[in-house]
Amino acid sequence: MTLAVILAVAQGVLTGAFRSGTSILYAALGEVIVERTGVINLGLEGCMLVGACSGFIAAAGTGSAYVGLVAGAIAGSAFNLLLGYMVVTRRANQLASGLALQFLALGLTAIFGATFVQRRIDGLDTVQVPVLADLPLAGQAIFQGDILTLGLVPVSLVVWWLLFRTRWGLSLRTVGESRVVAFAAGLRPEWLQYQALMVGGLLGGIGGAHLSLSYARVWIEGMTAGRGFIAVALVIFATWHPLRVILGALLFGGAIALQLQLQARNAGVSPFLLDMLPYLLPLAVLLLARLWSRGTRQNQIPEGLFAVFEGTR
Amino acid sequence: MNSALGLAAWPGRGLVLSWRQIPARPTLRFLGALLVALAAFGVVLLLQGRNPLLVYASMISGTLGTPFGRSEVLVKSIPLVLCALAVALPARVGLVNVGGEGQLYTGAWLASGVALFLPDLPAWLLLPMMMLAGMAGGALWALVPALLRARGWMNEVISTLLLNYVAILLVQFFVFGPWKDPQSANFPQSRAFTPSAHLPTLLGDRVHIGIIFAVCAALVLLVVLRRTRWGFEMRAIGGNPEAARRAGIPISTYVVVGLLLGAALAGLAGATEVSSVQGRLRPTLSPGYGFIGFLVSWLAGHGPLSTIVMALLMAVLTASGDALQLAQKLPYASVDLLMALTLCVVLVQRGRKEQST
Repeated sequence: MTLAVILAVAQGVLTGAFRSGTSILYAALGEVIVERTGVINLGLEGCMLVGACSGFIAAAGTGSAYVGLVAGAIAGSAFNLLLGYMVVTRRANQLASGLALQFLALGLTAIFGATFVQRRIDGLDTVQVPVLADLPLAGQAIFQGDILTLGLVPVSLVVWWLLFRTRWGLSLRTVGESRVVAFAAGLRPEWLQYQALMVGGLLGGIGGAHLSLSYARVWIEGMTAGRGFIAVALVIFATWHPLRVILGALLFGGAIALQLQLQARNAGVSPFLLDMLPYLLPLAVLLLARLWSRGTRQNQIPEGLFAVFEGTR
Repeated sequence: MNSALGLAAWPGRGLVLSWRQIPARPTLRFLGALLVALAAFGVVLLLQGRNPLLVYASMISGTLGTPFGRSEVLVKSIPLVLCALAVALPARVGLVNVGGEGQLYTGAWLASGVALFLPDLPAWLLLPMMMLAGMAGGALWALVPALLRARGWMNEVISTLLLNYVAILLVQFFVFGPWKDPQSANFPQSRAFTPSAHLPTLLGDRVHIGIIFAVCAALVLLVVLRRTRWGFEMRAIGGNPEAARRAGIPISTYVVVGLLLGAALAGLAGATEVSSVQGRLRPTLSPGYGFIGFLVSWLAGHGPLSTIVMALLMAVLTASGDALQLAQKLPYASVDLLMALTLCVVLVQRGRKEQST
């Protein structure tokens, strides 16, 4: 009896971890690409909101969640161009610019999404990989879900390949280490940073769209609820590596899923305390990871980001 | 200094203030930025089928046009000044405190605790205790981020940001749970405070003496920054941490104390809110004062005096959010867009200036 309950909870948490972690994963992957060029995008929260809102509006207008997904991706990408203009072209303070843009997105999506608050849409379809989805325990979690959840691992691999196995990725990382060196090597640092921001915005928009098109299937003002900031924290935890981002996203998704499971089973803990878990967990793992390998991780931060974190720019 | 109004760049010789000292060019530059932001917001309004000029007119008449509106602007500027100083003070030592909202909530939470559990105390004792509890609550919320930052383990941006959400949930937990008013059926709020837990008012019956706290905090910060060794050393750290370290300035101490003092001001904002406007603890006590305070501080270039000016301006916008919601059927968050646009333009202006020098 108890074993059955534990198994059911475990399976629920695992499946939920993939479902809840999906939006964070895409956003964090985009942020990895952006931060690898030495730009930190605290506006990621806003980028996700823009993706969620425009994706929902497009889906409600056309009746197709897939059109919504594309619209969300494009809108997220366009939104990141704003950050590009501010911090790349005009060299404005990165942290303040990102937070200002997050605020901007909050207002913008509240206005344009206002008439869609009560609307319902057909979300992304649930698909499953034949045979593999029938594997016990983890099969359902990994091989059944909407296309974005199924794409969780493949897309991370693609981002890894782009960053570490292509010339473009090498250029991006060079810019992140030193704009001067990149320029001397004949690269165009600012154009590459714009490219990274556009790709990152694409992924951030997709992450946001997953929330409104599949996870919640409604549009709510400010529905990302800090997921963009959590994604930024997870990128640091993942030490700017796309594959470790998967682990971070699943940890976060697992925290949400565990909290939902406990609530559903009336664990006797206040839902407000359980709700804190997704925000405290990234801080805790970040701290633990930092303590675990003191000093060694410091070197993995892109050199260009270091100045941002030290507060000079 | 990059003050939008240039007020932080006032001649350092004395603290005598006169209108002639306001530099014309930065002021004009800021007004230009405001115009650009208003124009961009106007385009959004046009897309929504509203007449921007009518909207702006209703925003002004709804706030500055009536005695109630004017007092509302002053009342809202109190938490904004305090929350902006909560950003400005740590910014002087190179810290970015984005946790004002959470620190305001924990300040309100502890202050409410004092009011709810010691209701029999006389006002002269209860109110100071509430204010101190509020400051302690704010500082408490910044303690972990400050220590982590001072040790170089975690950047304060991420930690203060994420703790905002936790603080709001904490207050929700208390007003839905242990501190819930048994008489308010399903409405989440604490019991109403006793009359002695209400701050006295000035200038009519709405503007409370929190306004004195806010102005005093700004003036004290100004004097400390201009006239003391602490201010000098803080500027040294903010300007060049490496040089400051070599000069023997204890950076870690300044980082911890700076962030804690800043957070205490945000906590004080929370304490004044529950002991005046709210009169009880509610989960909706702030319409984002902490975040707007962040915008205010950056608009003001972290200068204490320009912070007051900017806070008043943003208080007009915050107060006009109600007018927009009621008269124009626009969501309250629309004013966020206008405020964020203003900051974006100012940051872009400043970026170019820094690059050219």
